[in-house]
Amino acid sequence: MSQININKVREQFPILHQEVNGKPLVYFDNAATTQKPQVVIDALSGYYSGYNANIHRGIHYLAEKATSAFEASRKSIQEFLNAPSSDEIIFTYGTTDGINLISNTYGRAFLSEGDEIIISTMEHHSNIVPWQMLCEEKGCVLKVIPISDDGELLMDEYHQMLSEKTKIVSVVYASNALGTINPVKEIIDAAHSVGAVAIIDAAQATSHIKIDVQSLDVDFICFSAHKLYGPTGMGALFGKRELLEKMPPWRGGGEMIKEVSFDKTTYNEIPYKFEAGTPNIADVVALKTALEYVNELGLENISAYEQELLAYATDRLEAIEGLKIVGKAREKVSVISFVMDGIHPQDIGVLLDQQGIAIRTGHHCTQPLMQRFGIVGTSRASFAVYNTKEEVDLLVEGLAKVKRFLL
Amino acid sequence: MTINEIQDEIIEDFELFDDWEGKYEYIIDLGKKLPELAEEHKQDENIIKGCQSVVWLHAYEEGGKVFYEADSQAIIVKGLVSMLTKVLSGQPAEEIMKADLYFIDKVGLASHLAQTRSNGLVAMLKQMKNYALAFTSKEATTK
Ligand SMILES: Cc1ncc(COP(=O)(O)O)c(C=O)c1O
Repeated sequence: MSQININKVREQFPILHQEVNGKPLVYFDNAATTQKPQVVIDALSGYYSGYNANIHRGIHYLAEKATSAFEASRKSIQEFLNAPSSDEIIFTYGTTDGINLISNTYGRAFLSEGDEIIISTMEHHSNIVPWQMLCEEKGCVLKVIPISDDGELLMDEYHQMLSEKTKIVSVVYASNALGTINPVKEIIDAAHSVGAVAIIDAAQATSHIKIDVQSLDVDFICFSAHKLYGPTGMGALFGKRELLEKMPPWRGGGEMIKEVSFDKTTYNEIPYKFEAGTPNIADVVALKTALEYVNELGLENISAYEQELLAYATDRLEAIEGLKIVGKAREKVSVISFVMDGIHPQDIGVLLDQQGIAIRTGHHCTQPLMQRFGIVGTSRASFAVYNTKEEVDLLVEGLAKVKRFLL
Repeated sequence: MTINEIQDEIIEDFELFDDWEGKYEYIIDLGKKLPELAEEHKQDENIIKGCQSVVWLHAYEEGGKVFYEADSQAIIVKGLVSMLTKVLSGQPAEEIMKADLYFIDKVGLASHLAQTRSNGLVAMLKQMKNYALAFTSKEATTK
């Protein structure tokens, strides 16, 4: 049985207690973004109403207070990921920004013509396009790990792809479109065996899976706060110190410099070298609160409960005639993608919305993956810690209604 | 009938529905009844891309009037597309260009049209007006 008191958890999320189109809101779009608990909302307004100031430069009381809160958040991410030091945590706008940072710094500095970058079929566009841009600029070659019909990486093929030409392997930890949890430790170790750098897109993993960057031995890992009960438009990148130190900076401006003259500018130490300009202080501060919230519930408790929901929903959805689940990996996060015979996903989404149920329909920013399955898109329900089996029942009833309307 | 007369008729139809179910049944029914666009017109240049479903729009001019044929993969969008063509197809180009489609708001579908990223309807409307403009300027130069 679950260790979590769901009613209590739900009370902490004010947004859940509303009606949409006259029905109680059922929010099943958590893989897109999770809702925020009251403590996170309070942390945001607490910052602006209590100690807003620009950081790292002021000597006054508010600036000191804001700076310590900002750096305390970096420390909390270090602990969350079990990183060796907080200098290895760089604040970003999110996962997309983190991957772009790596491709624009490490990628541009250390890759050259003929070098190979390996990604997988199930990548989000944010882990495809930056590499395509780099390949175009540098003449590198992008290689793609294929997947099985169940949505699992074909690991033998991956191992065969690796060679001394491989310079970067960048793979998603958990797929936003299929739910698949990939064997990232094996992927990272194999990348290292040919001297490549391993990057993990952990956007969908952080809210479900305990991540330890040291035992993974991963070189870079990126995530977004907003998928982890935290604020939107910010996230973090972990990178190993020796890599971050040898990487050139990307954006230039304030904060990232040591000294500027018109003849020569020297750059700041890590992590500041990669944080030009005034950062998103309020959201950084609130991310710490989100991590505390998650730690308090316990990631293993959250995940155990979500797995119960996933199993229940999988059983109930599979029983619907004409419905096929896309992504049947043995290990999944709480994401269910499905298609229904003769019905376009968009119609499913619109008709569920009329019933107060929020799911995601479309290609989920994974168009090559949809092409692999030969479909235009899927409907996706994704669960967070505040969802319930009763809500799953509402989804099943909602889908029955969709079928009555459309077939 | 004029554009506004057709709009008023649709608004009247919608007044019969007091819940979303009736409204959507009506739209879905329109979608199902709209004839499929001929394959020859389902070319790339006729595609209006929404984020989630494709809309095809084919236009031609006859006797100073503009005719539209359209299609979509998703049935609700197809129903909405059907309403737009019903209102504008067969009207004089000048009328189409200055048409104010107030029925969209009146029947409570504005939010659908507002989701520009998820369906191609706003783009479709714009494209319909563009065709009308193109046909009038072609006429002006040939005159
Ligand atoms: C697997 C995966 N990677 C990357 C991203 C991009 O995250 P963001 O938009 O926060 O940068 C997402 C978000 O949808 C995702 O699911």
